[in-house]
Amino acid sequence: MNIIETFNINKKFKDLKALSNINIKIKEGEIFSLLGPNGAGKTTLISILTSILKPSSGSARVNGFDIIKNPLDVRKSIGIVFQEPSLDDLLTARENLYVHSMLYNMESSYAKKRIEFILKTVGLFDRKDSIVRTFSGGMKRRLEIARGLLHTPKVLFLDEPTLGLDPASRRTIWDYVRKVKREENTTIILTTHYMEEADNLSDTVAIINKGKIIEMNTPENLKNKIGNEIIKVKGEIDLDSIKKFKFIDSVYKDNDSYIITSKEITKNLNEILRFISPESLEIKKTSLEDVFLKITGKKIEELDE
Amino acid sequence: MSKIIQINAIKAIITREIIVFVREKERIVSSIISPLLFLFVIGRSLNQKITIEGYTYQQFIFPGIIAMNILFTSIRYGLYLIWDKRVDFLKEVLVAPISRTSLFIGKAAGGVIGAILEMIILISIGNFFVLKLSIIQIILTIIVSFVSSFMIVSIGLSIGAVMKTMEGFGLIMSFITWPMFFFSNALFEVKSTSYIIMLISRINPFTYSVDILRKIMLDYSTFKLSYSISILIFSTLVLSYITTKLFERIDIQK
Repeated sequence: MNIIETFNINKKFKDLKALSNINIKIKEGEIFSLLGPNGAGKTTLISILTSILKPSSGSARVNGFDIIKNPLDVRKSIGIVFQEPSLDDLLTARENLYVHSMLYNMESSYAKKRIEFILKTVGLFDRKDSIVRTFSGGMKRRLEIARGLLHTPKVLFLDEPTLGLDPASRRTIWDYVRKVKREENTTIILTTHYMEEADNLSDTVAIINKGKIIEMNTPENLKNKIGNEIIKVKGEIDLDSIKKFKFIDSVYKDNDSYIITSKEITKNLNEILRFISPESLEIKKTSLEDVFLKITGKKIEELDE
Repeated sequence: MSKIIQINAIKAIITREIIVFVREKERIVSSIISPLLFLFVIGRSLNQKITIEGYTYQQFIFPGIIAMNILFTSIRYGLYLIWDKRVDFLKEVLVAPISRTSLFIGKAAGGVIGAILEMIILISIGNFFVLKLSIIQIILTIIVSFVSSFMIVSIGLSIGAVMKTMEGFGLIMSFITWPMFFFSNALFEVKSTSYIIMLISRINPFTYSVDILRKIMLDYSTFKLSYSISILIFSTLVLSYITTKLFERIDIQK
């Protein structure tokens, strides 16, 4: 069953076309990532799906509710964690959740139990009565995820959930996101411009650039598309001969190096080596980064606005 | 109706405001300091020289000072909305499945409760040093303060809804709050002042709040009581309607 379905969403800001013809279907219970550089339209799309922003044309259904006709029902079905923290830092962790439970009209004895449970889930139970101002960035993010989940939404939106966090906190957040998906069976939609994050967490990745979805698939299939392995070569290369090999998927230039992608590089290494004289050479598993580079012709940082 | 006015949401916002109010006690202390200075420094100093309608000057301005505190606290509270917007807390409320009318009522009620609590502190102090009030006088004072505060919180919240940064804070204080205070009958009897000042005071809804409070506390008023009450209620309704409309236009995106 599709928990989210969009129909030709377009969004214009004055002369700028922020989104064009977005058609996506998201299955219930999956982790769906929107991967793209800053300014690609990720946050705009999330804002539309959460009924915060109206599309210029097109529409979408979230949990069966139309985002334009039934915004309040959409909002009841979802939880949102924004890019910038939106916690009340004069309140304690528990008070933040308590106010949230009232805003979402939760029955109070149930809310009390659920608050304890969810604080334990994100590992903040022992800090429940501390004022949020004293929390670290990673703790605040976890508390926001807890708050987003408190009213048991069908869909949780995470806009750049690990932006600005150190690598250790980032991994902790990933663990919690996986746990939440498993234990709460919540559909999770996240935006990110970290390749590793999309690769690690997602069931489906949609690559978005300049307001368009260019590719949408599982991380595995995306990587298989350009071969499982790649060779990065600095030095002389006999392009024509290499391209003739059947087992080669593609060859392209990245700055001063050549990138050769293939399904069976290790097996055919000898063949390939006959046509290159490398100054340096690197063989590695394909990552989403390589996929992104292949599709857009640029690295994600180069496209950041 | 239940879709427009959601009791649970209003309770949520009031709860938040009360927690913040109790936690930030400095706010209460700092906001009753200037009314006390007016009452005891200016009031006491002019006591020997001025008596108005048989009351000492300090007693005469006591209702005005109570109203002053409502005015300043309520406007300042409304402006805190800008701060909420800046620290993004408001976002959480704006994306919740609640109507903007509920948000306005909750916010306004939070401000009114704060103003009334401060007023009770001032009345208690005044009870010892300035003017003894009966229980009925105190209850009536609270009711009038409630409506006046609601009206002024609406002004503050409407400014807060429109303004984007705290930079305009000083400007609002200089061009709205202080003029509303001075162009009223809080510190003097408007009948005995210049024509211009009287004219401006008469279009200032705050004047009528002071006048009703003075009628309750001192049994003296400049205008007819029914006239003042009508203007106060009318202004409150108009201002809260305008603010609700402005709340509907608060954008989540910055």
